[in-house]
Amino acid sequence: MPLLKLFGSNLVPALEEPLQEVSLEDWCDNPQAHADATALVIENDIGVEHIAEDLSSFGIIILKFPTFKDGRAYSQARLLRERFGYTGEIRARGDVLRDQTLFMARCGFDAFEFAGDDTAAASAALGEFSLAYQSAADRMEPVWRQRLDRAVAA
Amino acid sequence: MYRYDEFDARLVGERVAQFRGQVERRLSGELSEEQFKPLRLMNGLYLQLHAYMLRVAVPYGTLSSLQMRKLAHVARKYDKGYGHFTTRQNIQYNWPALVDVPDILDDLADVEMHAIQTSGNCIRNVTSDQFAGAAADEVEDPRIWCEVIRQWSTFHPEFTFLPRKFKIAVTASQNDRAAIRLHDIGLRIHKNDAGETGFEVIVGGGLGRTPYIGHTIREFLPKKHLLSYLEAVLRVYNLEGRRDNLYKARIKILVNAGGVEKFTDLVEAEWAAIRKSEIDLPGEEIDRIRAYFSPPDFEDLPAESAALEQKRTSDGAFARWLRVNTVVHKAPGYAIVNISLKPVGGIPGDISDVQMEAVADLAAQYSQDEIRATHEQNLVLPHVKKDDLYAVWQALTAQELATPNIRLVSDIIACPGLDYCTLANTRSIPIAQRISERFADLEQQEDIGELKIKISGCINACGHHHVGHIGILGVDKKGEEFYQITLGGSGAEDASLGEIVGRGLSSGDAVGAVEKLVDYYRENRQDNERFIDTYRRIGADPFKEALYAAA
Repeated sequence: MPLLKLFGSNLVPALEEPLQEVSLEDWCDNPQAHADATALVIENDIGVEHIAEDLSSFGIIILKFPTFKDGRAYSQARLLRERFGYTGEIRARGDVLRDQTLFMARCGFDAFEFAGDDTAAASAALGEFSLAYQSAADRMEPVWRQRLDRAVAA
Repeated sequence: MYRYDEFDARLVGERVAQFRGQVERRLSGELSEEQFKPLRLMNGLYLQLHAYMLRVAVPYGTLSSLQMRKLAHVARKYDKGYGHFTTRQNIQYNWPALVDVPDILDDLADVEMHAIQTSGNCIRNVTSDQFAGAAADEVEDPRIWCEVIRQWSTFHPEFTFLPRKFKIAVTASQNDRAAIRLHDIGLRIHKNDAGETGFEVIVGGGLGRTPYIGHTIREFLPKKHLLSYLEAVLRVYNLEGRRDNLYKARIKILVNAGGVEKFTDLVEAEWAAIRKSEIDLPGEEIDRIRAYFSPPDFEDLPAESAALEQKRTSDGAFARWLRVNTVVHKAPGYAIVNISLKPVGGIPGDISDVQMEAVADLAAQYSQDEIRATHEQNLVLPHVKKDDLYAVWQALTAQELATPNIRLVSDIIACPGLDYCTLANTRSIPIAQRISERFADLEQQEDIGELKIKISGCINACGHHHVGHIGILGVDKKGEEFYQITLGGSGAEDASLGEIVGRGLSSGDAVGAVEKLVDYYRENRQDNERFIDTYRRIGADPFKEALYAAA
């Protein structure tokens, strides 16, 4: 299960460093006991607002996809980025497949515990769409803004 | 109607290229059927009983003649020469070969069509009033907002893996032709006391195993906030909707489990947090989209047509078709023409390639190049001059597309049922065929008046039986087909859910049961009551008695 990180618009294999993980519940129960934790794991049925105050304590937040069909972590990631201003790594864990990495990246994920082997294909899949209609947590300019810019330039 | 610019075209093109790659991976064996399934489902490709089925989106039911000709071409070249219009204004092909599907999608992309989000647990094709832009009773053309929603929801990164599929319908009329109270979200454009137009937002309607009428969670949403409000509803649903049970995963369950007030509070709180962000479109972009839906240049015509009146008097069959299948248009001298896809003994919603081309020709010549698909599985020519109605009727008659039965007893909605569908318990199409044969007499049909029969071949309710004035649900009992009758449903502005009236009937008895119910109604109606009005006035019991009294 290779670890891939978002680098520009590519996914690049990254060295897996050992993490000291703590679940959100354990952290909330007793933060002092987990002072050495380096990564926070949030289950996808827990509201990310519970950790809003402590986000700066973690350089890595891990969100989960028990199956690729369970899309709750997309919303969690957007909330972390857009509402709570989290700028550290958001890592996707679980059923992380090539055909979903673009959606994940758009929602703010920048690291992926990729469930397949073909990491080059996973990276290529990020480039399958060059446009997006809607703004999200990434830097893609929505189509409507590109239309406006073009109209202004004309 | 909306036309793609280079951005829309590029997105659809990239989607076809992506799917072509996925099909190649499947055909080469790199992907198993299990791995391929979620990918094909994102492209409207189902595996049915006998073959693949491709569902092509007809965004909010609007088609040009060029697009209709392409649909005919696909039917002829890749399928068995016909297509099937669905209750969601889409068209399905029942026999495509997997290897051909990327080419079909390429052909469709040439005319700005696609199969994106016609399946899967995402925001599906947005549906609307089939008379949009032509109806005398609309506040404005709802398709502007349908197109806004189409773009926003296409490949939405956050809402592509929802707990379940998600259907949105938009209307701008008091007369609900889009069944907005039976959608995950229904939007009704209306004017408030200050004269501004905005949306009534209705959430949590739906059919299936557990039918619900939707709840209004906001009486008036200013139009400019539409997308941020939708995003708030979808986010609450994505995070809170149940995922442990397929049958409890629709938003209707979430809304009704915790109560509509609690759900509304969650949405309003979420909306308060995001409404200032860049989700809503700027006015310039809305105006750009609006311009595509500006009304066609209607000629300045007298309200009545002398040519039409002369034919009406001299040709009784034409006069009947005029009464039953045409509707008042907002422009003087014009009419809206319904094209029935329900000939006596036919399969509801089916249309051949030749018929599609005939409809395309008529649209090009007589209807400003526009065609609509309806959620009742018919078609519409929205802008026909009254002077031209006789010629249009003759051409439709020649193609067996002029059955004068719109809203009548033989204008039946039926799901594909066990003839095609892997989920079905029973057949639906043969029941529809036999009912329409039983009531073939046109004069009798017109005398019976508006009567909506809807047939589902299983409890998933794709044939909308819960909202049929008479609903018929197929159930399997130890390998035998039985049909349960429901009465009193409505999918319109007076939405209601039908009531089960008693034990299931055999397929033969089900057709006879409809006849008994109709007879009872005719004996007991008052004044101009429709079937549903009489039912509501006197209640279920007398109808039950009429149905089950010893024969």
